[in-house]
Amino acid sequence: MNIASFAPLAVVLPILGAALTFVLIRHSRAQRVVSITLLALTLLLECVLLASVWDGGTEAVNIGGWLPPWGIVMVVDQFSSLMLVVSSTVSLAVLVYATGQGMADGDQDAPLSIFHPTYLILVAGVSNAFLSGDLFNLYVGFEILLTASYVLMTLGGTGPRIRAGVTYVVVSVVSSVLFLIAIAMIYGATGTINMADLAIKLADLDSGTRMLLHVMLLVAFGIKAAVFPLSFWLPDSYPTAPAPVTAVFAGLLTKVGVYAMVRTETLLFPGDSLNTPLMVAALLTMVVGILGALAQSDIKRLLSFTLVSHIGYMVFGLAMSSVAGLGAAVFYVAHHITIQTSLFLVTGLIERRGGSSSIDRVAGLAKLSPVLALLFFIPAMNLAGIPPFSGFLGKLGLLQAGVELGTPLAYALVIGGVLTSLLTLLAIARVWNRAFWRKPEDAENPDPVLLAAPEDSDTGHRAGKRNVTLLPRTMVGSTLGLVIFGVALTVFAGPLFRVADQSAVDMLDRSSYIQAVLGENAPVPPIAQPEPAQPEPAQQEAQPEPAQQEAQR
Amino acid sequence: MSVNLTLLTVMGALYACGIYLIMERSLTRVLLGLMLLANATNLLILATGGYAGLAPMFSKDTDPRDYNDPLPQALILTSIVISFAVTAFMLGIIYRSWVLARRDEIQDDVEDIRVAETPSFDAEDDSEIPVETSEFPLTMIGSDGKGISDSGVSGDRTTGDSVSGDSPESDQADGPEAGAATVKAGDHRIQAKDAAAEEKPGSQNVTPGPEGGVK
Repeated sequence: MNIASFAPLAVVLPILGAALTFVLIRHSRAQRVVSITLLALTLLLECVLLASVWDGGTEAVNIGGWLPPWGIVMVVDQFSSLMLVVSSTVSLAVLVYATGQGMADGDQDAPLSIFHPTYLILVAGVSNAFLSGDLFNLYVGFEILLTASYVLMTLGGTGPRIRAGVTYVVVSVVSSVLFLIAIAMIYGATGTINMADLAIKLADLDSGTRMLLHVMLLVAFGIKAAVFPLSFWLPDSYPTAPAPVTAVFAGLLTKVGVYAMVRTETLLFPGDSLNTPLMVAALLTMVVGILGALAQSDIKRLLSFTLVSHIGYMVFGLAMSSVAGLGAAVFYVAHHITIQTSLFLVTGLIERRGGSSSIDRVAGLAKLSPVLALLFFIPAMNLAGIPPFSGFLGKLGLLQAGVELGTPLAYALVIGGVLTSLLTLLAIARVWNRAFWRKPEDAENPDPVLLAAPEDSDTGHRAGKRNVTLLPRTMVGSTLGLVIFGVALTVFAGPLFRVADQSAVDMLDRSSYIQAVLGENAPVPPIAQPEPAQPEPAQQEAQPEPAQQEAQR
Repeated sequence: MSVNLTLLTVMGALYACGIYLIMERSLTRVLLGLMLLANATNLLILATGGYAGLAPMFSKDTDPRDYNDPLPQALILTSIVISFAVTAFMLGIIYRSWVLARRDEIQDDVEDIRVAETPSFDAEDDSEIPVETSEFPLTMIGSDGKGISDSGVSGDRTTGDSVSGDSPESDQADGPEAGAATVKAGDHRIQAKDAAAEEKPGSQNVTPGPEGGVK
């Protein structure tokens, strides 16, 4: 009985919380207590899980006592547990922020009471996707989080949200159908959907079939992760949702897609068969995304475009399929989840304080609310990759890995990465100059609250409600907590980078994962190499008879 | 692995119709297309189980190869439940979309139109700004008694539109002199005040409209 056996609780606890909060739907105070407590417990559990695999190693849990490859397994390794801890920290902060917003606005009634159960189900889906060691269970995890996200996206059913929600739902359903088709074809080709088992059996397929399955999975995950030609839906749909919802979507949902891409590339289809198209996609994602951001005047939309753009960095790291590149990508995912969510939370505060999220209308916030300026400035500089923040460290790691690789395409990506970083700084500086440094009188059509005398600045009239607290302590506090967590990623970047690199070694080696799931004697197939010019050493570990493996079962 | 040709033909037909339907602009057709795609995929999963065999209930005398593969059927059950939930939800938002805009169509994204319409020569000062359709100038109209009406705008504009970045001058110059602050939603008018409240991010419908609001 080791600690990893409790991993399924990371999914069960939020679902339990969802059930309880649904029962308590008429008691908003009890709802808040239950959801925050259970999410905090989940986070605690995940920290213990991360601690248990901090020095390496992979643990697998068989759900319901069914042995793999027949039953469902959950796999805890450094990458998945790191993702769990970061995502739960972020979702806890957003939950506190959302309850703070709800309390400040005094809305006791529907439909916000549905927020807590839905939100917890979203968290359960994210945890399930991160932990899953089974392709179909990964699909179920995706569906859990997507279905919850449909509800959160259209919360309140207002016109803009419905319009954005329709696009979002249709695109998500199409990507899910693609994923399901890929699963069906993989099952038809290999007779298994256990990911460790697939890692062995997919190697036996002929290269044409393998390429087809590989491309289908990447397209399905590429839509979810918003990789360039498939990213069109994201900036249209995210900004209309309520601020905390956008924040958690931006932080988590695309990263689950990136996580699935990493598992596909490293575990299921290793080798560099699709690295070149992935690199091109990464370059286009970075550059097109950030050019889109420069054209925007709404901060939320601008941030959505930077989100798309920075997915390119992660795909870049993944496409290099070297330890340095993959390790930097893992670190970058952890960094980006935190930073992007904090920026969206701050934008929610800007919208509250300044009456709008359009940089044409907001002005003078640096003077009106220095705290807000500080809260925006730190993650913004972090996102743009200014030293010494974690964004700089992650980008530096990626660029070093790119230079190490040394191909012309890798150099093009290095240049593209630097350019994207600079353009991110430009986009962020536009927001900063206009929303924070400009005088309120210079803004076009500013909200009256910006021009109000300082003594009235604590309250204002919003959406027909009187005396709304502009910056409630809970909201500022949770944002501050997340910003501090982002800074902590910088401070503890050394150990984190070590874990990320080690997880990259494990993922590229695959033996740890496969043997944790299928037993010590499972054969680890050598990585398929299209050109025999690059022999991969250290792949001839255990090659026992398959009969021995059968006997063990 | 042997396959059932009938199943495959049906699956192909469902995929073809489904893909054709999701290319349509009408929401109901898109929904139908998605349902066809989901069911075609279920057939595909069923086909991966191979030819039909015995029910997978264990008996000592049966050769294991005679059993049907039960796993694809378990997968199909899960996928049916999921597509059921998603279909129900989509019906809900299609209805809501109809209530709000009176059009069974996917609507253009407002910000995309705004970016596309912004001229390149000088986005700050010289651009021709379309008639205000959002809640933003409503902060002005109470004071000077001027109202806005955007009945002159093309049919693409609905309640959901928000065009930010308009200057107050252009708004007062462009806004026709209308008596009441109303906004055109589909083919009927609603109070601009209500539309503005709906537009506010994070806010709920404050006043239920004739079609019923949230409360």
